[in-house]
Amino acid sequence: MLRINGLTVSHGAIRALDSVSFSVEQGGLTAVIGSNGAGKTTLMRTLSGLKSADSGSATWNDHNLLHGKPEHHVRQGISHVSEGKSVIPQLTVEENLDLGALWRRNPSEAKASKAEVFELFPRLEERRAQQADTLSGGERQMLAISRAYMARPQLLLLDEPSLGLAPLVIEQIFQSIRHIVDSMGVTVVLVEQNAMGALKIADFGVVLNLGKIAVSGAASDLIADPAVRTAYLGF
Amino acid sequence: MSQFLDMFLIGISAASIYSLMAISMVLVWRSTRVVNFAQAGMALLSAYIGYELVSRTGNFWIALPLAMILGAAFSAFIEFFLMRTLLKNSSQGPIAAIAPIIATLGLLGVIHAVLGFIWGHGDVQLEAPLSKVGYTVGDTTLFIAPMGLFVIGFVIALLFVVTILFQKTNIGLALRASAYAPEIAQLSGVRVSGIRTLGWAIAGAAGAAAGILQTVNGTGAINPDSLEFSLLLVFGFIAAVIGGLESLPGAVLGALILGLVLAFVQIYISGTLVFIVAFLLLLALLILRPQGFLGSKVGRRA
Ligand SMILES: Nc1ncnc2c1ncn2[C@@H]1O[C@H](COP(=O)(O)OP(=O)(O)O)[C@@H](O)[C@H]1O
Ligand SMILES: [Mg+2]
Repeated sequence: MLRINGLTVSHGAIRALDSVSFSVEQGGLTAVIGSNGAGKTTLMRTLSGLKSADSGSATWNDHNLLHGKPEHHVRQGISHVSEGKSVIPQLTVEENLDLGALWRRNPSEAKASKAEVFELFPRLEERRAQQADTLSGGERQMLAISRAYMARPQLLLLDEPSLGLAPLVIEQIFQSIRHIVDSMGVTVVLVEQNAMGALKIADFGVVLNLGKIAVSGAASDLIADPAVRTAYLGF
Repeated sequence: MSQFLDMFLIGISAASIYSLMAISMVLVWRSTRVVNFAQAGMALLSAYIGYELVSRTGNFWIALPLAMILGAAFSAFIEFFLMRTLLKNSSQGPIAAIAPIIATLGLLGVIHAVLGFIWGHGDVQLEAPLSKVGYTVGDTTLFIAPMGLFVIGFVIALLFVVTILFQKTNIGLALRASAYAPEIAQLSGVRVSGIRTLGWAIAGAAGAAAGILQTVNGTGAINPDSLEFSLLLVFGFIAAVIGGLESLPGAVLGALILGLVLAFVQIYISGTLVFIVAFLLLLALLILRPQGFLGSKVGRRA
């Protein structure tokens, strides 16, 4: 279980998160939505250890997320796909995948993860020897998610995977994320500006506004809530 | 004909040493975004260490790899205790960009001073383990001698090892990922600060080999006040820039181009023009193609 309590994070004088509290049950898909500048990216970067917090707590099961570097958290089952197409363009598709499993000591397990990834995204297998900068935007996002998946995460943090992608491609990426939750037992926190799309596939929703939680609850309730609809879903 | 062959051989053997220096600079640049001017001093230090090891063991073939290991250790030490502290404490503003460069320049001065203090300001002699008398074919004596041939062969072998290390191993993948995208590497579980130190260590080993090979292939004289290695550093830097500063194959290609061009100038025009031509080459490159020949927007795979 992911528990966040009174989390406050600043960028210099700017308070990006102000006493944020929520928790996420194991095995579900939680969408964190909110407009540009709401603090979504800051939240993800704090949970993965890239950014330090001012106060509050954040734990995944017994693991303190506010202590230690990202390379430490990865080993505890927390993987983060940062905003933008989070792949290394100079490496091949397969090298990007191998990178995700580099710290794992058991090569046959890593190989099994790679097979799962190729099953989920056959396009990546076709392009495995290509340099990642030859991929389309959608393929890069698939690769970024797959790279994180190669670390065999329990908790997967995805920051705006739909950014800059065509609607059909977004649909496909969202379906794959749902599949990762349902079939592979990974808990996913999905940050999105594409609020409606994210809530539709999510189990739970958290709405961030100017660094504070505005509303949270079951995704279907949020979609049905007239106040949320007008303020955040735009209809 | 034999003049042409000489030019070619002079070019290749100079290029092999430039390429070691260029690789050192590229590795340090990629891991910490610092141009390490102290590399010249570290190469000179390695020449002295080679000299000490040869006089103690009496065996150059043991001294060379040992000096490379010590060069790697020294370089890793510098990264771990000096650069890391520096980058941690000056992470913002113009000082952050300048501090590491000034630090490596300062270190260069310190190394020269310490070398003079330990070994005195006269020359010491590192004897070549192989003959430096050129091979004769018929009645012409070629430029290339057994010593020079060893230098070329040894560098080719080192380049081969480095290529395998970077392209075929997990450590190599971690080294490349950390160089291109430290944050993504970190999020993938790579311990980037350790990898950074390793990058400096490999650079130190290559620089140590450059220092020793340059010495034994030249006059063998080592002097703490010598600027020979500072010139070598400039040539290595030019070679690295030709290759785009990010790319290991690029650095080797740059060294080849530079070595051959300078050999041509030396044989067919005048030896005194060599440095001027190298400098003009660097200027022309920085103006016409600042990303280097192998450098592109995203860089290269290795
Ligand atoms: N590196 C930074 N330096 C200064 N301010 C930042 C930085 N990153 C984010 N901010 C500020 O923090 C707030 C939250 O940003 P962010 O977490 O990126 O929001 P979101 O991802 O929801 O768009 C914004 O006001 C933004 O300007
Ligand atoms: Mg964001």
